[in-house]
Amino acid sequence: MLLPKIITKVQDKFPSVTLDTTQFAGEDIIHIQGSYNLDVLKLFRDNGFNFLADITAIDNLTLGGFERFAVVYHLLSHETAERVTIKAYVPEDQPELPSAESLWKTADWQEREIYDLFGISFKGHPNLIRIMNPDDFQGHPLRKDYPRLGRKERDDFPVVKRGINKEAAQ
Amino acid sequence: MQPDDIKSNILTTTLESAVNWGRKHSLWPMPFGTACCGIEFMAVLAARTDIARFGAEAIRFSPRQSDLLIVAGRISIKMMPVLIRIYEQMPEPKWVIAMGACASTGGVFDTYSVIQGVDKFIPVDVYVPGCPPRPEGVVEGLIKLQKLVETEKFSDYSTTRGK
Repeated sequence: MLLPKIITKVQDKFPSVTLDTTQFAGEDIIHIQGSYNLDVLKLFRDNGFNFLADITAIDNLTLGGFERFAVVYHLLSHETAERVTIKAYVPEDQPELPSAESLWKTADWQEREIYDLFGISFKGHPNLIRIMNPDDFQGHPLRKDYPRLGRKERDDFPVVKRGINKEAAQ
Repeated sequence: MQPDDIKSNILTTTLESAVNWGRKHSLWPMPFGTACCGIEFMAVLAARTDIARFGAEAIRFSPRQSDLLIVAGRISIKMMPVLIRIYEQMPEPKWVIAMGACASTGGVFDTYSVIQGVDKFIPVDVYVPGCPPRPEGVVEGLIKLQKLVETEKFSDYSTTRGK
């Protein structure tokens, strides 16, 4: 069991950074301040949690939480098959935190996806551009204040007609 | 040449109906498969329904060599400029089949990123309902389109595009 040792280590080393530790479905969740995510992630990586399984984000607009956004890191230890979730909280007025690309190369595209859909930018990312939406797209559609039916972008194309004119012939 | 030979070898018709007859039996499809309808369209081409029976077996993956665009699947806002470009690259005469609920209306994907029916931006001649449509449905759509091709008139073609 790697996890209990590391969690106490994190709490000892970064007491003000760790906001809370909770459990869900038998797995530990560590809530931290977003700007210190790299220090905490590096500690986990160097202590056995070698694999970054996923990065995702949450918009806490209606849920409540420490901050508006949370970037969620799912780590896995190949050695002991333990899993841990790290939630890094990011404020609404400055949605920015350090990129984990220097620790795991796989973070590259996942951080681009979060940037595209949530508008959270990652400092030190090598190529932070949209990954799914068109390059000229405005807004970040997975934010809870983005309208589900969009802002008319799906209606904004030129209408093409055929070179045949049936109405005129009749 | 015997008089009987002339009777059985000469057919009088109009140029228009002769050309339309040729066109309707050689619709070369350009499949624009973006989702599960694209998989179903492969079944339309396969042995059981076999659209070669209607002269539409020559699948062209170049818009410049085809006269029937089959939009099979949902079209996202990122894909719509591509579809418009491909439609414009097809030479006249050209027709469009919207295959399935997504291409016709957007289907269940009523979101910011999915076009609510390609007929909003390009002209569609035949809609085939279903999610995805059965191969028989696509064949029915093709027969419907053949009937439409049959009735087109040369005089309908205007010299200026889009007028």
